[in-house]
Amino acid sequence: MALKMVKGSIDRMFDKNLQDLVRGIRNHKEDEAKYISQCIDEIKQELKQDNIAVKANAVCKLTYLQMLGYDISWAAFNIIEVMSASKFTFKRIGYLAASQCFHEGTDVIMLTTNQIRKDLSSPSQYDTGVALTGLSCFVTPDLARDLANDIMTLMSHTKPYIRKKAVLIMYKVFLKYPESLRPAFPRLKEKLEDPDPGVQSAAVNVICELARRNPKNYLSLAPLFFKLMTSSTNNWVLIKIIKLFGALTPLEPRLGKKLIEPLTNLIHSTSAMSLLYECVNTVIAVLISLSSGMPNHSASIQLCVQKLRILIEDSDQNLKYLGLLAMSKILRTHPKSVQSHKDLILQCLDDKDESIRLRALDLLYGMVSKKNLMEIVKRLMTHVDKAEGTTYRDELLTKIIDICSQSNYQYITNFEWYISILVELTRLEGTRHGHLIAAQMLDVAIRVKAIRKFAVSQMSMLLDSAHLVASSTQRNGICEVLYAAAWICGEFSEHLQEPHQTLEAMLRPKVTTLPGHIQAVYVQNVVKLYASILQQQEQAAEPEAAQEVTQLMVERLPQFVQSADLEVQERASCILQLVKHVQKLQGKGVPVAEEVSALFAGELNPVAPKAQKKVPVPEGLDLDAWINEPPSDSESEDEKPKAIFHDEEQRQARHRQPEVDEEELARRREARKQEQANNPFYIKSSPSPQKAPVTAALLSQRYQDAPGVEHIPVVQIDLSVPLKVPGMPMSDQYVKLEEERRHRQRLEKDKKKRRKKKEKEKDKKGKHRRHSSLPTESDEDIAPAQQVDIVTEEMPENALPSDEDDKDPNDPYRALDIDLDKPLADSEKLPIQKHRNAETPKSPEKEDVPVVEKKSKKPKKKEKKHKEKEREKEKKEEKEKKEELAVNAVTAPDNTCEGLRREEAEDENDEAEQDPERKSSRHKKKKHKKEKEERTKDKKKVKKKQPEPEEEAAGPVENGAAEEEPAPPMSSYCLLAENSYIKMTYDIQASLQKDSQVTVSVILENQSSSFLKNMELNVLDSLNAKMARPEGSSVHDGVPVPFQLPPGVSNEAQFVFTIQSIIMAQKLKGTLSFIAKDADGATHEKLDFRLHFSCSSYLVTTPCYSDAFAKLLESGDLSMSSIKVDGISMSFQNLLAKICFHHHFSVVERVDSCASMYSRSIQGHHVCLLVKKGEHSVSVDGKCSDSTLLSNLLEEMKATLAQC
Amino acid sequence: MIKAILIFNNQGKPRLSKFYQPHSGDAQQQIIRTTFHLVSKRDENVCNFLEGGLLIGGSDNKLNYRHSATLYFVFCVDSSESELGILDLFQVFMETLDKGFENVCELDLTFHVDKVHNILAEMVMGGMVLETNMSEIDSQNKLEKSEAGLAGSPARAVSAVKNMHLPEIPRNINIGDINIKVPNLPYFK
Repeated sequence: MALKMVKGSIDRMFDKNLQDLVRGIRNHKEDEAKYISQCIDEIKQELKQDNIAVKANAVCKLTYLQMLGYDISWAAFNIIEVMSASKFTFKRIGYLAASQCFHEGTDVIMLTTNQIRKDLSSPSQYDTGVALTGLSCFVTPDLARDLANDIMTLMSHTKPYIRKKAVLIMYKVFLKYPESLRPAFPRLKEKLEDPDPGVQSAAVNVICELARRNPKNYLSLAPLFFKLMTSSTNNWVLIKIIKLFGALTPLEPRLGKKLIEPLTNLIHSTSAMSLLYECVNTVIAVLISLSSGMPNHSASIQLCVQKLRILIEDSDQNLKYLGLLAMSKILRTHPKSVQSHKDLILQCLDDKDESIRLRALDLLYGMVSKKNLMEIVKRLMTHVDKAEGTTYRDELLTKIIDICSQSNYQYITNFEWYISILVELTRLEGTRHGHLIAAQMLDVAIRVKAIRKFAVSQMSMLLDSAHLVASSTQRNGICEVLYAAAWICGEFSEHLQEPHQTLEAMLRPKVTTLPGHIQAVYVQNVVKLYASILQQQEQAAEPEAAQEVTQLMVERLPQFVQSADLEVQERASCILQLVKHVQKLQGKGVPVAEEVSALFAGELNPVAPKAQKKVPVPEGLDLDAWINEPPSDSESEDEKPKAIFHDEEQRQARHRQPEVDEEELARRREARKQEQANNPFYIKSSPSPQKAPVTAALLSQRYQDAPGVEHIPVVQIDLSVPLKVPGMPMSDQYVKLEEERRHRQRLEKDKKKRRKKKEKEKDKKGKHRRHSSLPTESDEDIAPAQQVDIVTEEMPENALPSDEDDKDPNDPYRALDIDLDKPLADSEKLPIQKHRNAETPKSPEKEDVPVVEKKSKKPKKKEKKHKEKEREKEKKEEKEKKEELAVNAVTAPDNTCEGLRREEAEDENDEAEQDPERKSSRHKKKKHKKEKEERTKDKKKVKKKQPEPEEEAAGPVENGAAEEEPAPPMSSYCLLAENSYIKMTYDIQASLQKDSQVTVSVILENQSSSFLKNMELNVLDSLNAKMARPEGSSVHDGVPVPFQLPPGVSNEAQFVFTIQSIIMAQKLKGTLSFIAKDADGATHEKLDFRLHFSCSSYLVTTPCYSDAFAKLLESGDLSMSSIKVDGISMSFQNLLAKICFHHHFSVVERVDSCASMYSRSIQGHHVCLLVKKGEHSVSVDGKCSDSTLLSNLLEEMKATLAQC
Repeated sequence: MIKAILIFNNQGKPRLSKFYQPHSGDAQQQIIRTTFHLVSKRDENVCNFLEGGLLIGGSDNKLNYRHSATLYFVFCVDSSESELGILDLFQVFMETLDKGFENVCELDLTFHVDKVHNILAEMVMGGMVLETNMSEIDSQNKLEKSEAGLAGSPARAVSAVKNMHLPEIPRNINIGDINIKVPNLPYFK
């Protein structure tokens, strides 16, 4: 045998191996492609051989060629052949090739399923290992589904080498086959405490990856991770865990509080820089999450900043970079502590390393203030001049604009300066961001009225020197600024000092080389300019001059008429005709200026680009409905009037809606105006958005990619004291002028300050109410007032802050995200044996719904239930304490309930095996594999299945409290109310100690991405039921909820109600009011609900001994009533459990299908029940000391039973 | 997650490419080229991080690279990996290579890509760090040697003969005889 193999090798030993191939390629530098194609031909020959060694060699060479960029997908089948070699070295070559070139589209990948399965169960750990490694690269949804179970088994392999690989690959399996997450999760969790550090690290890795995408579901693991963090010494694991905590803390501030101390200790103690850095990062995350409403941890911040400063000062560039990176995170919430290191950061701006400079730039964003903005920008401008790479220069440019335009130009005290900076930036060669600059120019010119004159003068100069801008850099976007320049000069032509000159500049032949959309704007604005010139000259009574201008137009416009751009051509020909007409009239001596300028009368206002999208569909308007009936085939004349009538009605209906909106808008505006009336810094609000013409909307839409422009408000900026416009500075002198101006400004400021001081003091109150935290220093300071207006004013009424547009629908982790919601809930409940179960519709819908409600309470519940379990044990010996018995009544039947379901699950398991779909897919595989193998495999499967249920059953115990917890269908929390922000579920608990009080626990779950605060719950008291309010508050005051809710978080609040008579059920109306705060601002929201106090909620589970029970029945002072419910399929056991749970009864005695039950109300009514189960019905006979209470109770019970 | 691991030399010739996310062959070459252009522009003694991760998808990504003698080692990672941790992974990787090849140089990597892949597979699996303990990594070799035993000997003999007489050998050695320096990184103790 061996001889034969040696012979086979000798036959082929002059084949090239990988080294020969590499050497050959190196020796054929000139005709590499030719040589390689020759090699590929050889490889094709080799692949035809039967000898697996030869094939493996060929595939090995192919893998190398793949790296060089050659397509090897044609050899996919040969790769699979090599994968199935019995020798490890060959197998490894096959798997390597597969991992390099297989992907989801590879059709033969289906064929690998059985081979991989075989390798996974191979006795050699290396075979298994190589299969796992390979699979991790090319796993497809099909492979994941078919192999998930095998990999799951490997997670408990005896060898840690296999275990760690199996654990890691599970992440890939989850990604491709999200259904596997639930069943696999308990075992994955187990692996967190694996004795082998490698396996542990792998499990941490996977869970961190999962939790990063959907941290909410992994909050419950926090204690476990906390334990790991304090016990582990592996830095890799520690780093991962600490990073994970960073992701979890925003959801659970309490976790953050706990973390601060151990993390601080680590920071002090560790010598590993990487660990230190991650600790600092997570502490920052914690501080950010705590920053709302928590006492300040200034010591921790100081520590972080201090450590980061050390990093930044380090000579190691890596540490410097990371220090700056982390610093920018602090900046967001604690800008003050970063600002003190301004010197250091400015120093980093001069670093030779671009990455570091970019990071420092990021930080600058938060360092600017009104005082230093000019200085910083000046510095950046010198960098712009020095920068070589265009990318870095572009970055600088965007940063300058970002810094200046942030929060509505908050820090700009002098807009003339800003315009000159913008103009200066246009001289940059080769920048891609011309449109950004243009957008800024437009934005400033439109919004800052007082600057228009200056802006127009600058723009006219720009137009004059357009050849400079356009000629050198036409390929790049800088000529976009001409778009803005032309528009500004046209629109605000009244400010032009030498309109004639500008007109000529705009009509130069050179203009026709500009891009079409810019030419179009030129043409349009030439007419505006022309109109204003006409006006001026007619007023000055110079008809000759006017005619000259017209003549100029008539001469120059034809060059645009010939344009290849449709838009330009169309506009130009229109305008040419117009001008010709004007010329005729002028010839007759008719004054035309008035009419021509009437064409452009009215003011343009900016509209937010998103405003249109946010207009809500008015109630009652169905956008999909036909406005007209679809035309019928026979359109007789009789029908026509009808159709018209119908049409009109529709139109009216549509008109009415916006009118209402407008009224509301107006009302709002009025209110705001009054509020701000006595504020001299307030910027007058604009006329109604209706007036805002389309052009402006178009303009801002075109430039909406500029970040600062995105929220252009419908606001005109009206400065209370107009700016002085000095003589036109030439663009070169800006730097000097800047300084002069600043000086002048300072003087001015001082003057104004003194003058305004008194007024200011008056206004202080009003200003503080509007949460503009910015100190207003000068008149030119326009930012503060703007900031508030923007969000509320620009948007239409009722526009919801929808974040939909921001989400990427193609996110590959989305599928996993959705499914990740369930697993946590389920892992605590009923484990599923096999991944196959996930496919069968196993869990009834009923189960799912309460799960969600339940989830929020879990961490607390767990502890509680754990205690209860212990008590339960005690109780078996001594039946003394009342409460314990109550618990027993609830939980005992519950366990059996779960047991039953487990049985069901197993049944379904078998069914799944016979699932037709499954069979067909197996048929496909059979085609490729011998039947014999198939059979053995099936046997194996059966074998494998046996141990699984046991293991899984054992799982929940470790999970902690899963078994003890009442199964989700038994949740006593029911939905109170829900809207897009918040979901409320509630439960009512009564206690025997207080005869007229019940406690309502409300779980509030924040479902939005906003931060919810100032929650207040108010209820309209009835005569019978009153909410307990804090002392001194009136009946109309709400009770504040003692916490705030960050997005996705839930918490429980308790409210006490006083009830007088408990014999009747009742409902109370109430409202939850809260403030939802998100990036766009804060809104006041309300949620109405109806709190339902059922009679059952007044009952308290009270144990009763059978003899006492008998006496009670005999006493004869109880009234009696009974009900019967048909069509019940639930087992008697479960039925009793349900009654116990929902109606707070305890079982006194049970004989076969008959049970006696007892409960007591908070006011001491005894309630006795006799429950009998027939074939499909249940009858309940009740006795109670109050007949009304009894009948109400039985009605409620009937409703419960009807659902069984 | 590690999105991709690339090794190329000072001329941008790929020596190893491993993508943990599917990319077409052309896209892979494109990524290698652009990455090379980004990385080769940078001076020595600047930081090892580069925000050019867009080419592999997602602004979350970052390029961590190391320049060693004639080779660039580039890891493209997302934000779930610790930056300094990855730098230490370089260290582990290089030390393991050094052990596997005995004074590793570019030529070793050029002629034995498969072996480099095998070593890498023990360190990083499917984009996640699997093992950072060097002694654990190179355990396959024994099996490899035992398997190659009899059947592999003729081929080895032939390649030894080929190597002995071919004139280009000295030239090759000249190109690659600068050993990859394995610097010591202090981040991880």
